[in-house]
Formats: sequence, structure tokens, C-alpha cells
Amino acid sequence: MSKPTYETLSGAQIVVRLLERQGVRTLAGIPGGAILPIYDALSQSALIHHVLARHEQGGGFIAQGIARATGVPAVCMASSGPGATNLLTAIADAKLDSIPLVAITGQVPRAMIGTDAFQEVDTYGLSIPITKHNFLLNSAEDLLEVIPRAFRIAASGRPGPVLIDIPKDVQNQVVEVGEWPAVGVAEVVPAPAAERVALAAAMINEASRPILYLGGGVVHSAASAAAVALAEKAALPTVMTLMALGAMPVEHSLSLGMLGMHGARFTNLALDECDLLIAVGARFDDRATGKVAGFCPQAKIVHIDIDPSELDKIKTAHVGIAGDVGAVLQTLLPAVEAQQRLAWLSRVASLKAAHPLRLPGIDDPRTPYGLIRAVADCLDDQATITTDVGQHQMWVAQAYPLRRPRQWLTSGGLGTMGFGMPAAIGAALAEPERTVVCFTGDGSILMNVQELVTAAEEGVNVKIVLMNNSSLGLVFQQQTMFYGERIYASKFKGMPDFVRVAEGFGVPAIDLDTESDPHAALAAALSSRGPMLIHASIAMHEQVLPMVPPGAANKDMIGG
Amino acid sequence: MNTISRTENQALARTVLELDVYNHPGVMSHVVGLFSRRAYNVEGILVMPVGGGVTSRIWLLVNEDERLDQMVKQVEKLEDVLAVRRHGAEHEVFVRLEEFFR
Repeated sequence: MSKPTYETLSGAQIVVRLLERQGVRTLAGIPGGAILPIYDALSQSALIHHVLARHEQGGGFIAQGIARATGVPAVCMASSGPGATNLLTAIADAKLDSIPLVAITGQVPRAMIGTDAFQEVDTYGLSIPITKHNFLLNSAEDLLEVIPRAFRIAASGRPGPVLIDIPKDVQNQVVEVGEWPAVGVAEVVPAPAAERVALAAAMINEASRPILYLGGGVVHSAASAAAVALAEKAALPTVMTLMALGAMPVEHSLSLGMLGMHGARFTNLALDECDLLIAVGARFDDRATGKVAGFCPQAKIVHIDIDPSELDKIKTAHVGIAGDVGAVLQTLLPAVEAQQRLAWLSRVASLKAAHPLRLPGIDDPRTPYGLIRAVADCLDDQATITTDVGQHQMWVAQAYPLRRPRQWLTSGGLGTMGFGMPAAIGAALAEPERTVVCFTGDGSILMNVQELVTAAEEGVNVKIVLMNNSSLGLVFQQQTMFYGERIYASKFKGMPDFVRVAEGFGVPAIDLDTESDPHAALAAALSSRGPMLIHASIAMHEQVLPMVPPGAANKDMIGG
Repeated sequence: MNTISRTENQALARTVLELDVYNHPGVMSHVVGLFSRRAYNVEGILVMPVGGGVTSRIWLLVNEDERLDQMVKQVEKLEDVLAVRRHGAEHEVFVRLEEFFR
């Protein structure tokens, strides 16, 4: 055995070396006093490209874009105090959508912790409820254990964000490093209980009106093909949550599209009639279920999830299976009988014919659905689609032909306006060969508009489609529908000139409103390389329909 | 739980939870944070290091309600929690302590 050669390294250098060993090649962040030693070490890295965000939340969402596009933990960095607090929203967003993220924050030196030092905040305490796990480092030596462990935790089981808070003196502490630890990778998930899988198979075989309900876990587990195979073999009509869109191609004969608050009528009505619901990597979110007591009221439930705490959390499952959904589906497939289910499929088809998803204006690029379709017509399935949060997000979820897992990056659980553009930058950095389109609104874009200059600086291939209805559209819609049309604080009086805003940040822009041939203008803009903003006005009164009123059962939809 | 009276509180069934955890400064925050953010009161807490002090044992006295199963699953998910065991209210750990609370 050869003797290890010892290197004398600072905590900061150890951090950078461990990130390099972990395979991190792009990370996003903003430096500040308490993280300067790490930035100094980072400046010496030939492997890591640091993307300078203009707000820590933007940096967090750039990292999320990388993680969502690839499925691999991504890294963001911030200094102590306001740097850390600015990062919190992006971390909370990652927690609710189970995104593997490693956030590294600088902290004041240990001797000053608890003294209300300049830019001191209890980052550890603040991040407990919004991380999967977090660490406050006490020595440079501990970094050797903590950093690989952070990556392992972020990627293992149900993925999620991990925060590492590193006091400045720990970054500067010099230690001897002999052996480097193994990189942190996802732990192997125990195989599912065979008798439960058999029970689930029996229930599927016996059901007469089953529905397969796919959630984001199917994407995280790379189980889309297995889910589609199960649906095809057992003739299972399939609904997807917002997070699962793309898991089954939209045109698939068994796809009923998205369920829930803005799902199609036939989708929610079919769920209302099903006698077996097979939930796979889905967590019965209230936006998907509506009033829980009215959700699939006749159905028995098979629930498959990697997180045991999801089983029986909202709905008691008749068969709950804890396990990696891909592995469970692989085991389930041979145990399930091939069926045709002609009666049920024909009932679903008649529901679809009677209550289809209505996309008014689909052929007119000056309407929401028409604009989304016109953008889709210029692209193939290799394009990645991100959104911000609001009406545009739901319109895109309803109308964009998503066909590929990880094609669709959206803030589902936390619903964070300001997510879309920095996430698109991250996705484009991770997969530079793709065109990344960010659909956004005039409300959302302003919440992280500063990252336009980051997009320009990095030259990322991001096309921002800004649907401008001069309002906080979903608030406007809810005030119209549920608050007696008392429109308050949702109509913007002042409106920036978004084309000039983008150009001011160094991003070329076009205004579809003034283009005589919007199709041609879109095609030219989307086929160019580099960042671009495409501004398009939308009528303020346009609504996302159908809509389940908050708190109502899904079958009691309005409109559509 | 703050809205119910002391007599009502005493009438509720109790559960004693026994947790084996890593012994470090953040563990208590992680554990009690799960309860506090759900407005789930912890009636009693006892913590001492075990053996060499690498791990600690936390005893929690909580009211039984319909959220308890979910709470236990959430506690089990914490990285620093090694094991969770459930006991009935008759467990003597808190009973023997009562004399210090008179």
C-alpha cells in the first residue's frame, strides 16, 4: 500500500476540490465578505465555471435549472446574512418540488456567531424547515465528510436541497489532507415488498375502471418508459400532475393530460368515475385533488412512492408501496395482465368527446393558446420549456405538446414567480445544445429581471416569451370569478417597455405586437442563437379554464 | 393545542416517543421544528447523551391525535434520527419525573 501524500489546504480549497471531484462543472452564486475565501479558491479552479448571478435567488434558480434539466445535484453559493436570506426562496422551491440542490453559504467566523455581527443571520436555523438536511461546519476537516454527504443526501431517495453553512474561519483553516473521500452518490433504494407489488397487480387486474396517476417522482426516477409500458399493457388511462408533464407524450392514446384545478373536464370527470387509482410518485397535492373527499370517491388506491411519509398522508392507500417508482413499475409490469378494457376506454373516449379540453384561439398567435402553439410549431422535442408562475404557466401546461421527461421545468409546489428565466439560464448552461424557451408574464419577469444581464453575459440560448396582459393575471381572474369583480392591486398602472428593458440588459428583443407576420417573426427569433426576448400582448380578460374553485371538488369545474 | 384547557389536555391519550439521534447542536431544532411548524404541542421533552456521547436519546411526551402517524414518519426521515420507538403513556420515564414538577 502506497503512503498517502499529504497536501496542506485551506477549508476553502477543500470545498473547491471536493466540488471538482463531485463532478460539478457549473455553479451559480454571488460573492460577499463571508464567502470570499471560497471564491478565492474557486478562482484557481480550471474545472468549475462560476456563473455570476445578480441576485442570490436568481443564482439559486440557475442551479435549480441545471438540476431539473439533468437530475444531478447542482450547486449555488451565497455569502452570509442577506446573501443567505435571498437564497431561501429558491431553496424552499427545491424542497417542495424535490429538486437535488446543494447550497453553500458563507457565515461569520465562529468566534462572532451569536454576536449580531455584520451580515450575521442564523442561516442554519432559517433553513431547517426548507431543506432536506443542513449543516453548520465546525472545522475544515469536517468538510471532507460533510460535502460528499450533502451530495448523497440531495440525490438519495426523494431528492431535495441541502444547505452547508461554512464560517469564514473554517474556510481559512489550514489542514493536512491525505486521502480524499469517495464522491457522494445516491444510495440504493431497498427493493419493494414483493407481496405488496403482487397485491397491487391483483387490484389492477381486477379493476374495471382504473386510472394511472403519474407525479413528478416518475420524472425523478427516470421511470417514464416503465410507466408508459404499464399503461399500455394494462390499458390504463393516464393522468399527469403538473410536475409529471412529458412523462407520457401528450398525443398518446391513453393520455388524459393534466388533472386538477386547470385540467380538462373529461380528465377530472374520468377520475370521478374510476374504481382504482394507481398513484405513482405523486403526493395528492391540493391543486391536483381539489377537495380530497370528492377526489376519486369510488376508487381504491394503490400508492407507490419513494418517500414512506407520503403514503397515507392525504388519502389512505389500500396498497401502499414504498420504493423507487421505476423499480416498482419494473416488478409490477410482468405481474399485470395484458388487457384491452374496451368498455372503460370507450367510456373515457366518450367523456373526452363530450368534454374536451377547449383551446380557443389556438390558430391565432395573438391569443394565449395560439401563441403557445405557434412557438411549439417552431420547435422540436429537443427544446426545453420553463415557465414562471401564473396564467401563462397553466396555459402552457394545457397547450404545449410536451413529449419528453425533463422537457418541462416549472415551479409546482411553491409556485414561485421569478423562477422561469433563471431556471432557463441554468437549463441552457447544462445542455447548451438545446433551445430553452421560458414562457413568462409581465408580473413574473420583473421578480428576477436582473438575470437578463446574466443571460446576456453567458450568451445562453434562452428565448423568453413574455405574455403581457398588464396584470397579475391569475389574481385578476380570481378577483373576477370569486371576489365580485372587485379588481384590486392586480392591474398594473405603470408598464415598462420590456423590449427596451431587455435591450438595456444586453438581450435582443422583438415585439410580436408590431410584427405583420408573427409566425415568421417567431420562427426567426427561435432559430437564432443566444438570448432573446419576445414580447407579446395578451388581452387582460383572458382566463385559464376550466377552473376548479379553491376548496371545491374537481368535478365542480367552472368554464371550459 | 394551546386552545384546549388543562383538564381537556390531561384527558387526551398520550404517547411517549423514544428517539435515538446523533448528538450535535442542531438536533433538537430539527426534531421539535417538525412539531412546532404543524402547531403540534410537545408536552414533555427529555434529552441525555448515551454511552460515549456520539448519540443522544430524546424522549418526547405528546398527545395522540390523528397526525401522530405522519409525525412519526417525518421524524424517521430526519438525517440525524437513527431510530424511533413508540410507547404508551404508561412508560415510566415521564412518570418518574413528575415529582420534579410539583
